[in-house]
Amino acid sequence: MMEFFTFSDPNVRLVALGSILLGASAAVVGCFTFLRKRALVGDAIAHSVLPGVCLGFLVSGTKNPWILLAGAVVSGWLSLLVMDFITNRSKLKTDTAIGAVLSVFFGLGILLLTAIQHSGAANQAGLDSFLFGKAASMNRQDIITFSSVALLLLILILAFFKEFKLVSFDPAFAQTVGLPVRALEFVLSTITVLSVATGIHAVGVVLMAALLITPAAAARFWTEKIQVMLLLAAIFGMVSGFFGSFISYIAPSMPTGPWIVMLLSAIAVASVLFAPRRGILARSRLQRQNNHKMLIENLLKTFYSLGERRGEFGDVISISALRQKRAFQSGALQRGLRTLNRHRWIQAAGKDGYRLTPEGLEESKRVVRLHRLWELYLSERMNMAADHVHNTAEAIEHILTPEVEKALLEELDHPIRDPHQSHIPYTKTSKT
Amino acid sequence: MSQTALEVHNVTVTYDRRPVLWDIDFSLPEGQLVGIVGPNGSGKTTLLKSIMGLVEPSSGYVRLFDRPLDEVRSRISYVPQRESVDWDFPVSVRQVVRMGRYRQGNLFRRLNTEDKRKADEALEKVGMSTFADRQISQLSGGQQQRVFIARSLAQEADLYLMDEPFAGVDAASEDAILTLLRTMKEAGKTVVIVHHDLQTAREFFDWMVLLNTRLVGVGPINEVFTADYLREAYGGQLTILSKVGDLLKERDFPVREKQFRDKP
Repeated sequence: MMEFFTFSDPNVRLVALGSILLGASAAVVGCFTFLRKRALVGDAIAHSVLPGVCLGFLVSGTKNPWILLAGAVVSGWLSLLVMDFITNRSKLKTDTAIGAVLSVFFGLGILLLTAIQHSGAANQAGLDSFLFGKAASMNRQDIITFSSVALLLLILILAFFKEFKLVSFDPAFAQTVGLPVRALEFVLSTITVLSVATGIHAVGVVLMAALLITPAAAARFWTEKIQVMLLLAAIFGMVSGFFGSFISYIAPSMPTGPWIVMLLSAIAVASVLFAPRRGILARSRLQRQNNHKMLIENLLKTFYSLGERRGEFGDVISISALRQKRAFQSGALQRGLRTLNRHRWIQAAGKDGYRLTPEGLEESKRVVRLHRLWELYLSERMNMAADHVHNTAEAIEHILTPEVEKALLEELDHPIRDPHQSHIPYTKTSKT
Repeated sequence: MSQTALEVHNVTVTYDRRPVLWDIDFSLPEGQLVGIVGPNGSGKTTLLKSIMGLVEPSSGYVRLFDRPLDEVRSRISYVPQRESVDWDFPVSVRQVVRMGRYRQGNLFRRLNTEDKRKADEALEKVGMSTFADRQISQLSGGQQQRVFIARSLAQEADLYLMDEPFAGVDAASEDAILTLLRTMKEAGKTVVIVHHDLQTAREFFDWMVLLNTRLVGVGPINEVFTADYLREAYGGQLTILSKVGDLLKERDFPVREKQFRDKP
C-alpha cells in the first residue's frame, strides 16, 4: 500500500493520474447531462458503447485504444440516433425508447463479448474488464490516449461554457438569438459519448452512468452557482477516480467500478444529508426552528390573552391557567417557558407561576397585533367571514415580517379593532 | 402609413397532422402594442413560436421588417413563457440577463464590458437591479417574468414577441411591465404580446389579433374588440373545422398537397 502512495512506480503514477483525469472529465460533462435532465439517456449511452468496443476489437484484432474508442463513439452515437428516431417517429414515449435502446445495445454487446471470449483469440484477455472496469488494466498507451481525450473534453466544455449554459437553461431562446443550437447539442452529445467511452476503462459500462451523474447531483446540493457546481463535481470525480485506481492496485482481482460507485454514493448521501439549505438535516433543523418559534409566540399570546381577560397584564399566571387556555404539551411547555425566561420576557413568580415582563408584554403585543391584523386583512380584502379567519391567522401570524406588517398597517390604515371587535394592541414603535 | 413590422402569410401549423393554426394571415404595423388574444388552446403560443422559427409551419411563411427571420434576427427579441424553463437552474439573475447579449457573432467569445453594461441597464429598467446577484430559484413569479423581460431588453431589438408576460404576475410587477411597454412604444418599438385576459386586453393594447385556431379578427383595438368578434372567438371552435382536423389526424393525412404550399 505504501508503494501506491509514494508513487515510486511510474506505472502507478500514470494509472492514478489517468483515473483522476477520467473522473474529472466525466463529472464535468455529466453536469450538463444532469442539468438537461438527461441522466437516463446518459445511462443508455454508457451501456450502448459495449457492442462498439467489441466490434472494434473484432475488426482490428487489437486492443488499440484509438480503435476501441472509435467503436465506442460510433455505437454510442448510434444509440442516441435510435432513441431520437423512436421518440420522433413512433408513438412510443422517451422512457420506452431509452429502456429499449439500453437493453438491445447492451444485450448485443454481451453477445459479442461472449463470442470473442470463446473464439480463443490470443489477445482478448481483459476485454471483460469493460463491464465493471479495471483501472490498473490500462497500459501506457491507453492512459495517454484517454487522458488526452479527457483533457480535450474539459477544454471544449470551458470553451463553450457560455453557450452550453444557455442551451441547457433555455434552448428555445438560444435558437431565437441565432445560436446554432443543433450543432451545439451535437457537440454536447458527442462530448457525452466520448467521456463515456473513455471512462468505461475505469468504471465499466454497467456503472458508468454513476460517474457521469452522481458527482453533478451531489454538487448541486452544495451550491446555487453553476461554476461552483462544475468545480465541485470535478473534485468529486477526481477523488473517485483516484480511489478507483487505488483499489485496483491493492486488490487486482476486484473490479474498480463498484468501488468507485460506492464512494460516489457515499458522497451523494452525505450531500443529501448535510448540505446547507438543500440538505435533509438543514431542512429538518429549519422545521424545528419553525416549531419552536410557533411555540414561543403561542405562549406569549396566551399570556397576553389571559392578561387581557383579567384586565391586568402584570398578573401572575399559573401553568395550569396556560394549559387551560391552550393545549400545550407539558414537555414543549417547559421548553418554551425556559426560552421565554432566557429572553427575560417572563419571570418566575410564586409556585408554578410566571408573569410577563414589560419586554415580554411588548413582544406578546407584536404577536397578537399580527394575528389580529391578518384576521382583519382576510375579512376585508378576501371577504372571509369573521368566524372563519381565526384558524388561518394562527399560522400566518408567525411568518409575517416587519415589512409585511408595515404594508398591512398602511393598507388597513392603522385599524383599532379586528373582525371580532377585539382591540389591536400597538406599541409606540409600531404606531409610526 | 408606417411600415410593416410583421407579416404572417397563410401560416398553417399541425401537431400530429391535426392543424392547430389554420391559414393565419395578417400584417402588423410598426410601433404598436399588439395583443394576441384568444381562448385556451387557440394556438397563440404556437403562432409566436412559428414566427420565431421554433415551429416549422406545414405551409406558409413569416416575414419580419419585410425580410426573412435569419436576416433580421438581431432586431427581433423573444420572451418565452415563464414556465418553459426550470427556475431551479443554478444561475443568478445577472447571468440570465446577460444571455440576452449572446449572439451569432460572439460564439466562443466572452461578453465585453459594453455587453455587461447593457445587461445591467436592462435590469435597471425592470427595477430588478437589487436582485442581480440572487439565484433565480429565489424569485417570485412576477420577478421571474421581469428577469425574462430584462434579458429581452438587453437584446436591444426593434420587435419584441412576448408569451404571456402578465400571467401569474403580482400587481406591482404588472404595473412595472406595463409602464415599460409604453416607454418602448414611445421609442418606436413594436411589441406583440400573447395575452389571455380579456378584461385587461382592452386597456393594454392598441392593436389586437383575435385567434381561435383560425384568425377571427385583426386591427386597431376599437375595431376588433367588439361583442361580435369576441363572441366569435370565444364561442368555441368551428364544429366542422375541428371535425376535419380530427380526420386529418386519424387518417395521418397531410393538410396541404406539396405543390400548394405557400412559400416566400
